Amino acid sequence: MIALALPAADEGGFAPPSVGEHLPAIFSIGSFDFTKHTLLVLLSVVIIAFFFMFAIRKGSMVPGKLQFLGESAYGFVRNSVAKDVLGGQDFIKYVPLLFSLFFFILVNNIYGAIPILQLPTFSHVGGAYVLAALVWFIWIGLGFKKYGVRYLKLATVPSGVPWYLLPMIVPIEIISNFLVRPITHSLRLFATMLAGHLIVGVAGSGIEFLIAQENILLQGTSVLVLAGAVAMYFLEALIMVLQAYIFVLLTAIYIEGALNADSH
Amino acid sequence: MHEAVILAAEGANPIVPNVWEIVVVAIGFAALWFIAVKFVVPAFEKVYAERAEAIEGGIAKAEAAQAEATAALEEYKQQLTDARTEANRIREEARTEGAQILAELKEKASSESARITAQAQTQIQAEREAAVVSLRAEVGALATELAGKIVGESLNDDERAGRVVDRFLSDLENQSAGAAK
Repeated sequence: MIALALPAADEGGFAPPSVGEHLPAIFSIGSFDFTKHTLLVLLSVVIIAFFFMFAIRKGSMVPGKLQFLGESAYGFVRNSVAKDVLGGQDFIKYVPLLFSLFFFILVNNIYGAIPILQLPTFSHVGGAYVLAALVWFIWIGLGFKKYGVRYLKLATVPSGVPWYLLPMIVPIEIISNFLVRPITHSLRLFATMLAGHLIVGVAGSGIEFLIAQENILLQGTSVLVLAGAVAMYFLEALIMVLQAYIFVLLTAIYIEGALNADSH
Repeated sequence: MHEAVILAAEGANPIVPNVWEIVVVAIGFAALWFIAVKFVVPAFEKVYAERAEAIEGGIAKAEAAQAEATAALEEYKQQLTDARTEANRIREEARTEGAQILAELKEKASSESARITAQAQTQIQAEREAAVVSLRAEVGALATELAGKIVGESLNDDERAGRVVDRFLSDLENQSAGAAK
């Protein structure tokens, strides 16, 4: 949109950032490039582990400020996601997974909102695939572990459906449960992060380009882009947190669905 | 330029992953998951459990104190009831005893009075008899003497005189007994 409003990009004009651009590797070992992306992933593990272990180090009955913050964050995943969705006594078994997922995705998303870092890990699709695949294996594994082969029937044949609709329903259930779920689960996270990242990138380079124009009026429009970019920045910040929550909530719902397949 | 951009975009299809990125995220997440399972979650759960225990322990303690207080109250009430019963019993006993004593005293008094009365009657009887005997003798003697004086003849035959007097007196008695009837 911004590019369309500009004079034709003939004179070496505006080149918007594209999804094909990647930062150069910091160093390489064979075909493995140690990039900013790699560094940020590892840093997120350190940040999360250090923050929570530091927050709970005293483990006092009456928490201090930091411990309270850590407990609130942990309690959010434990109570608002794991306990509310999974319920019962068993939910505690899945708290480590949900906790790790939520904060791993949250921190890696928030990178996109921090100047200099400014790279949400999941704007690269590989990470989203890994997590979605892991979750997919876990809930299917849990289903088979609990119900054996019967799980296939429980997961694909909804109860209370007239028999003549089954030829239509069963393929839909198979596709939606076993094929579409992991894809949407990963692409939802990836696409929102990439889009947010690109919008910020496009706005940034657009501002840079407009400022460099000779026409004072065109320079002035950079203010509008800046205002739009700031608004988008806050929207993105919200989406970063929201996507982490959605990812982990869906994980909990899938696990719950597999554990209670006979009542769905 | 235009063409080059398209080529670059095609060359990097955004939904085709970089293998190394998969590996990096997998390793990073595995490490975090391990830390969460091994350290973070146990540490937080321990604090949660301790806090829950402290709160529940406090509640249990309060409940114990309450139970103790209730038991003490119950005991006091029991003791009070016992004391009341005891007091009632003692009072009842005292009353019974008092009544008994009174009855005994009454009985004693009445028997005493009966005894005194009987004694007095006996005495009176005896005195009356003595008086009758002495009167009889004296009245006989006086009457005999008086009659002798009037008749002018000595009625000194004591034995006869005595018989006459006796007959007279018994007649008198019979008469008065008949009149009493």
